[in-house]
Amino acid sequence: MHMPAPDPALIARKGEIVRALRKIVPGEGVVSEPAGLVPFESDGLSAYRQTPIAVVLPETTEQVSEILRWCQANGVKVVPRGAGTSLSGGALPLADGVVLGLSKFNRVLEVDYANRCAVVQPGVTNLGVTAAVEGQGFYYAPDPSSQIACTIGGNVAENSGGVHCLKYGLTTNNLLGCELVLMNGEVVRLGGKAMDAEGYDLLGLVTGSEGLLGVVTEVTVRILPRPETARALLLGFATVEGAAATVGDIIAAGVIPAGLEMMDNPAIRAAEAFVGAGYPVEAAALLIVELDGPEAECAELTGHVRALAAQRGADFVRISNSETERLAFWAGRKAAFPAVGRIAPDYFCMDGTIPRGRLPQVLTRISELSAEYGLGVANVFHAGDGNLHPLILYDADIPGQLEKAEAFGADILKLCVAVGGVLTGEHGVGVEKRDLMGEMFDPTDLACQQRVKCAFDPGLLLNPGKVFPTLHRCAELGRMHVHRGKLAFPELPRF
Amino acid sequence: MIDTAVRVLKPTTPEEVQALVAEAGAAARHIEVVGGGTKRAIGAMDPVDVVLSTQRLDRIVDYAPDELVLTVQPGVRLADIEKLVASRGQMLAFEPPRWTRLLGARGEPTLGGVLAANLSGPRRIRAGAARDHFLGFAAVSGRGEMFKAGGKVVKNVTGYDLMKLMAGSWGTLAILTEVTLKVLPAPRTETTLLLFGLPDVRASEAMALAMNGPFEVSGAAHLPSFAARARPLKAEMPTTALRLEGFEASVAARAEGLAAALKGYGRIDALEGKHSQEFWNQIREVEAFAGDPRPLWRLSLPPAAGWRGPHGLPGDALYDWAGGLAWLLTEEPAAKVRAVARSLGGHALCLRGGPAFGPRDGALGALHERVKAAFDPLGVLNPGRLEGGL
Repeated sequence: MHMPAPDPALIARKGEIVRALRKIVPGEGVVSEPAGLVPFESDGLSAYRQTPIAVVLPETTEQVSEILRWCQANGVKVVPRGAGTSLSGGALPLADGVVLGLSKFNRVLEVDYANRCAVVQPGVTNLGVTAAVEGQGFYYAPDPSSQIACTIGGNVAENSGGVHCLKYGLTTNNLLGCELVLMNGEVVRLGGKAMDAEGYDLLGLVTGSEGLLGVVTEVTVRILPRPETARALLLGFATVEGAAATVGDIIAAGVIPAGLEMMDNPAIRAAEAFVGAGYPVEAAALLIVELDGPEAECAELTGHVRALAAQRGADFVRISNSETERLAFWAGRKAAFPAVGRIAPDYFCMDGTIPRGRLPQVLTRISELSAEYGLGVANVFHAGDGNLHPLILYDADIPGQLEKAEAFGADILKLCVAVGGVLTGEHGVGVEKRDLMGEMFDPTDLACQQRVKCAFDPGLLLNPGKVFPTLHRCAELGRMHVHRGKLAFPELPRF
Repeated sequence: MIDTAVRVLKPTTPEEVQALVAEAGAAARHIEVVGGGTKRAIGAMDPVDVVLSTQRLDRIVDYAPDELVLTVQPGVRLADIEKLVASRGQMLAFEPPRWTRLLGARGEPTLGGVLAANLSGPRRIRAGAARDHFLGFAAVSGRGEMFKAGGKVVKNVTGYDLMKLMAGSWGTLAILTEVTLKVLPAPRTETTLLLFGLPDVRASEAMALAMNGPFEVSGAAHLPSFAARARPLKAEMPTTALRLEGFEASVAARAEGLAAALKGYGRIDALEGKHSQEFWNQIREVEAFAGDPRPLWRLSLPPAAGWRGPHGLPGDALYDWAGGLAWLLTEEPAAKVRAVARSLGGHALCLRGGPAFGPRDGALGALHERVKAAFDPLGVLNPGRLEGGL
């Protein structure tokens, strides 16, 4: 992975840039000394590191607006950052850019139960939203595994998912509004507390735009009443095919579980060794199925799912009998990444989505690739919606292994696209999958997306080097190529 | 209004659409894009040189019930899609309305039209809007370029979410040539609980109470007495309706819990099965307001403020989306209706009898113009459909 070549002239202007930022954000809100910059060098994709020119930590929308306006006027690149938990390098700094951190925007501004929403600043953590409303029996549904640390602003930028998004949707399905600062410093409000807004759905467009379109300074999220009960099943299978077929059967029976997860044997073993959740370490595949709703519904559907699993040969069945037990079932899955981190010095977490029916074929091919590359792999899988997370194990201290792991990961994602899937289900493109965008989109598709970028940030200063393999100058993309001359489809009626 | 003398073209392939749009751009012509043409009464449009109908782009490309995914061309009729997915026990969960009788329109709504207008019915409060089920598409932009976005799987964040941008763009950015939607299992059964005689503010409270409990309400509407007279309700007083859907045991348990929670609101009755379905079809189609000559407004508001909107505006109102959607028949000036909606934190769309969309100004207005220009810089597609140069 290579970032665009930094501009030495910008790096040389460090002193001037820091002075200008200090004028906007006084005191300790500007970090420029090398030791202070270290914590900002990377995000959750720790394979890549870069020290920025400076980090600025504003506290008000006005400051964000002034920072962006100054940076635009002075041609300075800006990388927005929430908690820095991105798994795709979305917050990876640029050598010739500043990082704009939103960590001081950490207040819950309003909880409006009558309208079932909360207005929060972007630096509030995902779990912090739930914490603010759970006393009244509410919660915020999207639950990325990093929810204790990751922020709502980052969730909006990445359109984060989680294990419950099969039933409750991604971030985009749980937002009502936001305040957005454009690169030119203009502040716009998108949506509000109503269920739709006038004009283009720019809120939907900005969600998942990976910090390339604007900086979110306030978010209005939908909150939901907690289901009366939730129950989880652990189902162990001797074959991956049996587990995969069970997932299909559950959906075909008209059941949309709150969560429907799969882990393969290496992932089961790693998780069990780490947290001792009671997983069957001999199983080829483990399903975690969570059902929620009224007690009567949970009881009926639990029986139903259990019977479907039995028909497909499940030889390990546990059903949670208490909230403690349900959380224990999840503990292994939620800790799967750190658990794998214990069995290998480094790992890459991939994030492709495939049509669920292709799972056995894809897992078979992944294990073949694992043998070819000589690198281990553990699979965790949001099975209900086809979102695959192969964890590629490597050792960065062994020369060549990082590159090998990158190539292995690229092969997996190409495979996902080849079977009708996509490059990323919830982690974002970032720098990690940037160079694979051509696998899914042709140059025209990418040009259409880049023109959207140009509508928001014509100077291409906001988070460049992410998402797009090549950033074309906006003027170049704006040209209309009009072909007169030969008519296509001469038989068609004309004007 | 549309000049009916304008020629109607009906391309049969995306390539033909592409050729027509590219030529229109080169010749400085303007195109009106229609599906079934059933929403043409909404708003105005600058003069066009030709109408492009997607009616003959009507192929079902792929339906994979186990993957919860459906791919079709945009000209497929909504009724046909609903029949197809129902045959596999599934549904379009956003419950798209037709509004044909409401608008006095002839013709059959198409799926492309439903998406272009982002039309969602009563289940919006639980399942989300059309935009929430729109997974991917292929289209021809106003530049005459064929492009695609999104994917054919239910979970995807690769690239910008241009589906959201297309949903509700009323054909001003691109002509859809293929769309992929998420489908969901249809509920096994449904029950609607009814409360009677509540003034609007009390009804609003009752709906909020139902929505804020663990009852998974999938429809929450309040009707004034004139609208409650029709079958199957035949009530002579204001009526508040709350729908519960799902598996039998679950619906029964939730109905019991909800009835207990609402016992301070007087007598509770229920509509079951087919009667419940018939009732919600009427709400979805705003049947009570069909055929009325007065200007028709759709106010989208924070749900708890919903009842306040029409109270500042003399006329007749009924409420869906737990109050978040207020339908209003009023002779009040458009600027006043919009101002009231805006002051409550929402907006107003005029479906009949006035300009459909309100003005956009300042930074947000300029941003809209730049987004339009990104896809259709020459203003070839549906010129003026969204007003203010879009």
